[in-house]
Amino acid sequence: MSRRPPSEPSLTRRALLQRTLLGAAALGLVGCDRLSENDAIIQLIGSAETLNLKAQRLLAGRESLAVEYPASMISPVFRPNGTVDPQTALYRQLAAYDFTDWRLTVDGLVQTPLELSLETLRGMPSRTQITRHDCVEGWSAIGQWSGPVLGDILEQAGVHASARYVVFHCMDQLDGEHDYYESIDMVEAFHPQTLLAHSLNGEPLPVGNGAPLRLRVERQLGYKMAKYLKGITLVEHFDDIQGGRGGYWEDRGYTWYAGI
Amino acid sequence: MPGRSSDKSITRRLRHRLPVRVWHWVNLWCLIVLLLSGLQIFNAHPALYWGSASSFDAPWLEMYAMRAADGSINGMTALGPWQFTTTGVLGYSGESVGGFPAWATLPSYQFLSMGRLWHFFFAWLFAISGALFALYALLSGHFRRNFWLDGRDWRALGQDVIHHLKLRFHDHADKYNGLQKLSYLSVVFLALPLMIVTGLCMSPTINAAAPWLLDLFGGRQSARSLHFITAFSLVLFAVVHMVMVLLSNPLRQLRGMITGHMPRESSSSDPESPS
Repeated sequence: MSRRPPSEPSLTRRALLQRTLLGAAALGLVGCDRLSENDAIIQLIGSAETLNLKAQRLLAGRESLAVEYPASMISPVFRPNGTVDPQTALYRQLAAYDFTDWRLTVDGLVQTPLELSLETLRGMPSRTQITRHDCVEGWSAIGQWSGPVLGDILEQAGVHASARYVVFHCMDQLDGEHDYYESIDMVEAFHPQTLLAHSLNGEPLPVGNGAPLRLRVERQLGYKMAKYLKGITLVEHFDDIQGGRGGYWEDRGYTWYAGI
Repeated sequence: MPGRSSDKSITRRLRHRLPVRVWHWVNLWCLIVLLLSGLQIFNAHPALYWGSASSFDAPWLEMYAMRAADGSINGMTALGPWQFTTTGVLGYSGESVGGFPAWATLPSYQFLSMGRLWHFFFAWLFAISGALFALYALLSGHFRRNFWLDGRDWRALGQDVIHHLKLRFHDHADKYNGLQKLSYLSVVFLALPLMIVTGLCMSPTINAAAPWLLDLFGGRQSARSLHFITAFSLVLFAVVHMVMVLLSNPLRQLRGMITGHMPRESSSSDPESPS
């Protein structure tokens, strides 16, 4: 211990210990935050996504179905999340005319590009399912969804063998600048419960929940289930779409695989 | 008597064998990261429910902020019918609204996607190292030798509880008592596996693969609640565990868990048995 002039209060052992502990705690926090900003670390801890995808696909297979619930378990209010009232000019205009001018386009790596009106989609053979919606934030809600099975529409368009992903383009912008979008692979796209839902609880889809048409991918989290759809594109890669990570939230750090 | 033998080989004289020590410290770091990143994830929606879906108007636990009459903001925690002001810790801390405070989450600021990356990476590490350890402990006889409760342990359990309540601890260098055995066994074979299974039960894909898990825990929101409760029972275990170590020659105990060897105490001639 170094000698101090008598006027200066000496650091007691207890105070020293306290300061050391506080310092270590502060350093630990700063350290963890720094690590979370380091690209190599993000890549390392992010590698668990591949492990999650492979392990879960192995356990769940292609066809295992999400649990379907009895009507008595439908949530009284199906909580809308993300965009709940799109302000884009395109959306406002289409909504003003009850989406009569709205068309869903199906293009990209398909034999026959399609343009489907809401009336056409409502007239197609549909599936109705009461499923649980799990938000990445942690909450869940149960709702009854109706609409054509995505696989049927893809078969109608004739998917090219080189297509690996289905990209969904939306009419809403969460940040007022970038269109929401999402993507799923062919396993999820041809899953029997993957729907383009036009109804919730027997009523036309409310604006808050994605009118006129939204995606249901029942084995993944809520942010995969794009609302306010306007187009579907089949692609081999999604590197050249917006941030290149396959979705609005994926471009902002969320994992592309959202099975957990 | 477990471990007491005339065999004086090095391995017999170790207090803790290498797999025990490696797993102990790997597990400690996994649990710290899992807890902090778990609280980050919890903070994205700081409310817990029972059943399949969230009954937003009736969570059994909720943390939120509320503006008081004088304009100041209070952090609140509601547990069932009770409400507590928890400003500075839960609900509102460091001038931000949220469940747990910045010092308890990873990263310290609200960053759900990053919390999830940390959580799932360390969940794999935790699950793999835990499975390897459980396998070792069963096959090597570590559990049978040191943690299996015999008739005498069961009969002495009441005494153990009374002694612990009176804060009278024996420095039992040669053998764990029944209460210790029970708590270690329930952590390794109950609480830790429960963390993994309730965690998996929150995954919609795993729900499709194994719907019976949802039935077992009473729905996804129940599984989320049980995940949280079990996590805090592990925090409680860690606190008690550390207090016990601190009360029974901490440096000697720490040395035992790092090097494997524990210096004998002058008055004791016990061999360093539990291995």
